[in-house]
Formats: sequence, structure tokens, C-alpha cells
Amino acid sequence: MNRSQAKLTAGIDWPIFGLYFALVAIGLMAIFAAEYREGDDVIRNLLSQNKNWARQVLWLGVSMVLATGIWLTDSKFFTATANLWYAFGMLLLLIVLAVGTGVKGSNSWLELGGFRFQPAELTKLCTNLALAKYLSSMETDFSKMRSRLIAAAMVLIPCAIIILQDETGLALVYFCFFLVMFREGLPAALLVIAFSGIILVLSALLVDKYILLYIFTGIAALVIYFSRREIRRKKTRLAYILSIWAFCSAFVLFIVPFAFTKVLKDYQVRRIEVMLGKENDPKATYNTRQSMIAIGSGGFWGKGYLKGTQTRFDFVPEQSTDFIFCTIGEDFGFIGSIIFLGLYVALLFRIIFIAERQRSTFSRVYAYGVASIIFFHLAINISMTIGLAPVIGIPLPLVSYGGSSLMTFTMLIFIMLRLDADRQMVLR
Amino acid sequence: MSVYNQPRKRVIQMIILGMVTLIVVRLFFLQVVETKYSKLADANAVLKKVIYPSRGIIYDRKGRSILRNEALYDLMVIPASVKKIDTAYLCEILKIDMEEFRKRITNAIRREGRVRQSVFASLLPPETYGKLQESMYLFQPGFELLLRPVRSYPYGAGANFLGYIGEINTEQLKKPAYSAYQQGDYMGITGLENTYESTLMGQRGIQYLVKDNLNRPQGPLENGEFDTIAIAGKNLRLALDVELQILGEQMMKGKVGSIVAIDPATGGILAMVSGPTFDPNLLSGSYKALNLGKLMVDTTSPMLNRAIQASYAPGSTFKPVTGLIALDEGVITPAFGYPCAGGYAQCGRFIACTHKNPGHASSLRVAMANSCNSYFMHLYRLSVDNNKWGGTMKGQVKWTEYLSNMGFGHRLGIDIPNEKPGVIPDTARMNRRYTGRWNSCSEVYVGMGQGLLDLTPLQLANAMCIIANRGSYYIPHFVESIDTDKSDLLKKYKEKHDVAAHISAEAFSQVILGMEDVVVQGTARGAQIEGIAVCGKTGTAENYARVNGVMTKQPNHSLFVGFAPKDNPKIAIAVIVENAGFGATYAVPIASILMEKYLTDTISVKRRPILQRMMETVTMSAPMRAKSKVDSLNSVSYTATAGEELLKKILSN
Repeated sequence: MNRSQAKLTAGIDWPIFGLYFALVAIGLMAIFAAEYREGDDVIRNLLSQNKNWARQVLWLGVSMVLATGIWLTDSKFFTATANLWYAFGMLLLLIVLAVGTGVKGSNSWLELGGFRFQPAELTKLCTNLALAKYLSSMETDFSKMRSRLIAAAMVLIPCAIIILQDETGLALVYFCFFLVMFREGLPAALLVIAFSGIILVLSALLVDKYILLYIFTGIAALVIYFSRREIRRKKTRLAYILSIWAFCSAFVLFIVPFAFTKVLKDYQVRRIEVMLGKENDPKATYNTRQSMIAIGSGGFWGKGYLKGTQTRFDFVPEQSTDFIFCTIGEDFGFIGSIIFLGLYVALLFRIIFIAERQRSTFSRVYAYGVASIIFFHLAINISMTIGLAPVIGIPLPLVSYGGSSLMTFTMLIFIMLRLDADRQMVLR
Repeated sequence: MSVYNQPRKRVIQMIILGMVTLIVVRLFFLQVVETKYSKLADANAVLKKVIYPSRGIIYDRKGRSILRNEALYDLMVIPASVKKIDTAYLCEILKIDMEEFRKRITNAIRREGRVRQSVFASLLPPETYGKLQESMYLFQPGFELLLRPVRSYPYGAGANFLGYIGEINTEQLKKPAYSAYQQGDYMGITGLENTYESTLMGQRGIQYLVKDNLNRPQGPLENGEFDTIAIAGKNLRLALDVELQILGEQMMKGKVGSIVAIDPATGGILAMVSGPTFDPNLLSGSYKALNLGKLMVDTTSPMLNRAIQASYAPGSTFKPVTGLIALDEGVITPAFGYPCAGGYAQCGRFIACTHKNPGHASSLRVAMANSCNSYFMHLYRLSVDNNKWGGTMKGQVKWTEYLSNMGFGHRLGIDIPNEKPGVIPDTARMNRRYTGRWNSCSEVYVGMGQGLLDLTPLQLANAMCIIANRGSYYIPHFVESIDTDKSDLLKKYKEKHDVAAHISAEAFSQVILGMEDVVVQGTARGAQIEGIAVCGKTGTAENYARVNGVMTKQPNHSLFVGFAPKDNPKIAIAVIVENAGFGATYAVPIASILMEKYLTDTISVKRRPILQRMMETVTMSAPMRAKSKVDSLNSVSYTATAGEELLKKILSN
């Protein structure tokens, strides 16, 4: 190690570094815009920490300390302690489950001396590290079913605990790790099955279950008819088709109604129905409608910074956290939104590029994990604000107000940068 | 292994790009294609606030404000902020109980929600306001006093022509002329308030405010770039003399009738009284809801402006006109006499005259002074049967043309609404009444001002202006000038109408001499004013009313018309006191007091008892008076203290 002789910033990936700061800066601006009223004393607000944007500045400072710390840490530290992180993360989640503080219908917050902290954010990092560790270990052969099941279990355990904490949205994000596993050799068929599963769920929600039953039966009959020769050769094929038919029918007839009445909460059912256009209750649609009005009223060029009437005057709920994109959409319009999304796409593609240049599996899996987490957050969050997805409370990475979220993403990115800087070393 | 799976990098990139493309397409639809969102955003966030300008003030000829704005207060409440206040004391001040208090709070919440201000008690009476203001700190936060300008009439006079304001109704709102108004806006309903609505109203300002999600205003939109400023209404300056008006109203107390006094030189109305009248403050602000219904159904119809909306047979007051026409047609000379021996018998029936003594109609002047009925009926017949025209029918056309020129039978065009045209015996009417067969005897009474003849007091006073001006008049009007106004709104009132210029000066002077004799030695001696030549004519008009379906003769109306001084006249007047008997008994003294006051600016000590008597006498029928509530309503004085003080001053100095 001759770090001391090299420049401090040696090996840093400047594009990622730049994009990181660009997005954080846009985030601060947007949070500021959502709160600022004419005549506000900006300096006083900053000092008294009575506004979200002011607190976000503080969180950014804390994040920078963390980032510097990570940058100065040997990258071997992360491979060595990955499983420890995971154990620590799971412990935190369980503690929260036991003593968690409720904020807005979920029990995922931990209160530590006046500061509130959401471990579910941090455990994304822990899971990512542990998954990278597991997939890169010598013993793991990811073409084996056993390894795949272990990997899936590593992801689904935190997911399950978080669902128990009533943070369904955050739990959903953990499915992003299947994208990583896909990169590492999970069969493509799984992706197709997952996609079909989504279609099945949507159709079960949108179409009357008995009509669906007819449709499934019809499709099954057609498939049997067209593959009658194969069936004659191989009787198991028939059983295969029939079992798929039976599963689909049972799913529509029993599982979906059961999920809706017994598993999901009322508000979640309503949000899904709102998204699907089945529910028109103005109270239930309020968030989405106000958010769409704010973004839609931005028009092509936007209203200009600090000129948005919707976001500044509290029409949009949660506008500095989950609905922060409204401020950007309203103030900067279609053009601004595209540039904003472009920054994210650039960040994601750059991360994938970095992932692919890694020599160690650990670093590659980790980087893909970072990309997948950011992508899921981005896709779900923005889809929610423009009415493409039900209201799921997850933040926009680096942009939304919130210390846990900002620190987690900072750590995710800077650990990746550290690993990338040391990519010439063979890590395990 | 990783090399083996490398193409999957492309799949993941495709998934990312696919998702982002989906988002961009959706954004394109939301932000570029669909336009409804910006409208919805404006509906969300822009509050259009109408700024009401202060309404114009109305001044009398000496610059005294007779209709102005007074600051009354509304008690406003923000239900969400009402905490730990002395509710019981507030109820005590407002004279309401707890149940009512809760009901009002509930209403407020229903109207505007919990966090916005709404009216708790509107237009507080002054004493309530005073008590509230003292202890307002007890009711804060939550309650607040909000200034609400209302119309106030400091002299409590002129209700019938000043008019009142009220909320615009839904039918009017639909009309394009009222496009500037919104539901709940106030506008002039009657009188000058109505005629000069656009002048008095001023120009409304519109302020665009940005509001937040609870509809609370947050400040101006774009620094007020789109706002328009409210421009105050313009003030009206009237020809009216409020002292005259008050005196007139006082003297018409307990009487039914009206007074119209006009300055002949300008057509400006000096006083217009309709009796019985009411304190206009009764219809101001919150009192309107309380009183309007009562006034509308009152047996004495105080809302009726009898000066322009009631018409009467003019009786003998019409005789100067008959005389003038006869002189102008050349059917008589001033020296023409008629041998009246107590009645007119030339029409196959005997129509009695009040005088029998021979020579009481030996010339126009003498006949006028003695008010000989026979003489003027004869003049009417001579005029319409005049060979010059070729037949009675054509003579009647000519004769009614004279009347029309004198301002009878059509609306004069005064600047307050609802003027009535009156009735003159034109051929169409004659044909209708006599089914086409009539002659100069059929309606011979019109010569003495009875029969098919109905004139408004305004028309009578205007006819006096024409005689006083020797043939011309200006359309009678209240408003002489409008402050800072450059429009030609008043143009038609500045035009001189030479309607009888063809009548010779000699004819006028003969009629005027006759009218002077009426005052000097005739029936209107009570109208004499020291040092001033007063011309006039009394009238005692027979009239009928339908009682239980039968036309029944009612007590005569007491009338007087006149002007003074004889040369260079300054005031023309018409007074009618319904069912009060002889003209000389009531109409003459009332007119005389007003003329004296106007011309000498005082009332001589020896004539004060007359004024006192006029103010105290009641001529209204007892049953009518018993049922009427006007007096009790008027006895509640809201803000008309200036009127009382002025009256005291007139009576004392």
C-alpha cells in the first residue's frame, strides 16, 4: 500500500463523482423550491435548521464525512466485513420490528437520541455487500439451484422483515437484486416468468375473474390442440400445461381475492385500484391527481425556478420526499424532466460500465447491485408521480429529502467508487 | 462465467432504457399534449379577488352630502382558531344564545371550511360594534372585525329619489349589460342609485392572489402584474336643496301627496317629496332585510314616489294652460269676458261654478283670479271648435299637441326610473271613451282640469317652469354635475327646450298677471311673501276611487302650482295633498313656506306658526293611518341625525 504517496483522489471515477453531485444539488434545489416562500430569511433558516432543505444540507455534510471515510478505507475491508454488515443489518431490522417508531403508517423507524433513522434503507447496502460476497465466493456455483435458492433467501429475508414493518414499498426494492442475479446467470426463463406473473396479477385485478377463467381455459385448449402431436409423444407435457392452467385459475379465483382481503391493507388496495383507474374517490386519488396537475402544468418549458404554484403552496403532499419530482416537473417542464432523467440514465449506464470493467466478481456484483437499486427507486418513484404506478412511498435516490436515504445512497456509490479505484487488485 | 453472461448487460441496459422511455412518453403526454393540467393548476392556486371601489357620494346644491358611505363592521370568524374565548359574553353582546352561536359556527364551517374566514354577524349596529371593539381582545384569536362600507343618508331625507342598493338578481346577471357583476354584488335598485349606477359604482379592481392548498391567500400573483386597480365611484352634485327637502318632508308628514320644486332656469330639482315617505337609512345595510318587506306592503305605499308615479286631475291649476292655449290660438283676447252666472250650461247640462257674482269672469285676469270654471271650459270649447282647424277632431289634435308640448301625457325623462306618462285627452283616448262619437262638450271639464286628464306632480311643476320661462324648459333632473366626469351623460339636461316659443310674450304676461292676481287677491292669498311677487294657481280637484267595486267620490285633492319671483323666476313648484280639501288650505301654505325658505333662506317669524301647523296636521284618513307602520318605522333613527339638527336650526333662528 503506497496510498500516502499517491494523490488522494487517484483512481476516482470522475463521471460518477460529477453525476452524484449534480443529482444531490438538483435535489437540494428542488427541496428548497418546495418550501421557499417569498421573504424567507435563508440564512436564518439554514442556521435554525427549521426547514427540510436546511436539514438536507446538514445531511449532505454528514454524507460527505461518510464518503471521505469510505474513500480512505481499504477496499478489502468491505469484502472482509460483508457478511458482518448483513448480520448487523438484519439485527437492526429485527430491533426495529420490536421497538420501532411509527411514522405515517409504518413501523420502520429507529429513534436514536433525537435522530430518526430508517434501517430498511441501510440494509439495502448490507444485502448488496453480502450478495456480492456470496456470489463471488469460491464455493458458489451460481448455475446450481442450491446457490440460487441461497441467494434468493438472502434477498427475501430482509424483504420479509420489512413487509412486517409495513414498508411494502421499500420491500419491493429488494426484488431489484434479481436483476443482479440475472446478470450473474439466473435463467432468462425466470425473467419471462416474472414478467408473465406481473401480467397475470394485473389482469386478475382488471378483468372479472370468471371471464379470465374462460380465457385461460380457451388458451389451454388451443395450446393442447396445437401441441397434440408432442403430447401424444410425451404425456407429461399435457400434465405440464394443465398444471399451469390450474395454477393460473387458482391464482385468479383464490389468491388475488385472498391477498386483497387478508394480506394488503385497505389503503394499499385503494392505491392499486386508483392506479388501475378502478377507483374514482377524490380522496383516494388526491395525491396522484395533485402530483399529475403539478407536473402537467409545467408544460414544455416549465414555469421557471421558484415559480411553481402547485408545489410551493402545498398542493402536492410529501413534496420534498416522495413527490420531489413534481417540483422538477412543474418548474422545469418537459425539457427539464428529460435532462433530469438523462442524468439518471447516464449515472446508471456509467455504473454498468464500471461493473463490467471489474476484474473481481465481488466488485461487479456490487456495482450491478448499486445500479439495480437506483433503477428500481427511480422507476417506481417517478412512475408513481405520473400515475403509472400506485402510490408507493420510496424516495428518489440522492434527490428526495431524507437523511437515511441520502446517506445510504452515498455509501452505496462511494463504496463502489473505492472498489473501482482498486479494481487492479484481485478481491475476493 | 462472467464472460459467458456478458450479453446480459445489454438486456439490463434495454430494461432501463425501456422504462425511462415509458416515463418520457407519459411525461410528454402530461406536459406537452394535455393542456387541462395548467388550467387545473390555476384553479388550484389562483384566487381572483374583486376589489370594490368606494361608491360615489351624492351632494346637494350646497355641497352637503346627503348620501355617503359609512363604515360598518362585520364580525368575522375563523372556526379553527376559536379557542378558549368568553363565548357567553360574546353572545351577550350580540344578543344571541349559545344555540344560535353554535349554529352560526356550524354554518361558517359549512360555507368556508374551518381555516378560512367567514361572516359571523354582518353589519353590526353601531352600539354593538362599540361594545365589541372594547372587548375584542377577549374573543381573539378566531374573531375579527372587518370593515364593510354601507350607504348612509345623514339627513334621512330623499328616500324616494335617492334609492337604495341591493344584490344583483340572477336574471340581471345573465344579461350582457351586467357582465362586470358577480353573484352577490351590489347595485342601485331604484332612484339615482339605479340611474347613475355606472357612475357611482366606479371601476372594480381585480387582484390575483396565489393561494395554498387550504385556499389561504399567500400573496400576489406575479407581483400583481395582472391586477387592475379599483377606481372610486364619481360623486354626484345635485340641484337639490336638502333644507327644502327636509322642510317639505316634514310638512308632508301625515299626509298623502307630493311636492316638486324646480329651478326654472336650469330644470334642476330643488326638492321632491312624496308623502308619506320613510327614512332611507331603513334600507341601508343589514336594515334592508328587516324593513324592505314592511315598507313594500304598507297601506300608505311609502315606496311609491308619488311625484312621478302618481297622476292626478290637476283641477284649477290647469287653468293657466287653458288660458295660454286660447290666447295663442287667437280665439280670445286678454279682455275676453264670459257672463258666468254660477255655472256653464252650453253643453246641455249645468256645470256649477264656485262663483255666482256677475263680472267674476270679465277678463282672463279676473277669471283666473276667481278661478271661474265656466270661463275656462268655454275657452277649451272655443279652442277645439276653432274654425281654423276645420272640425272638433282636428281642433282636439291641435289642443292636445299644445299639452304635449307643455310636457303632459308623456314621460319628461327625469333622471330617476319609473316615471309615469300621465293622461291627456288625445283623440285616440277620446275615441275609445266615446266610441268615436264625441264633440267639444263630451270632455268639456278638461278646460278646468278635470275629466280625461291626469298629470304627475312633476309635469305640473314643469309646466310652471315653462310659464315662468315664458315658453321654454329644461328636462327636470337631479344631477347638475358629476365630479371629474367628462362624458355627455348630462348633456340632455343642459339642452333648452323651446316648446312654446311661438306663444307670444303678451299671452304669457297676461296669464302670469292672472296668476299674480290669484296670489294678490284671489284664492292663493296665503302664498304671499313679503317683497316677492309670487304667481300661482290653486286647485281643488274632484277625484274618484273604486271603493268596493263602485266608483265613489273622494274628498277633493288640495293643489297649488306657482313660481316666484314673477320676473326672473328662481323656483317653480307644484304641491298636491290628496283628499285634503281646498287648495288654499294645505297646498298653498306648504308651497309658500318652501318658496319663502328658498328665496329668502329663512322663514319669517310670523309665518312660523303656519309651518308648525303644516308639520302637525294630519290629513290622511284615520283607517289608513291606523294600519300604516311607516311612522313607527321612521321613529327608529339609525343615522339620520344631521336632518334633525338642520330642522332644529331652521325652526329656531
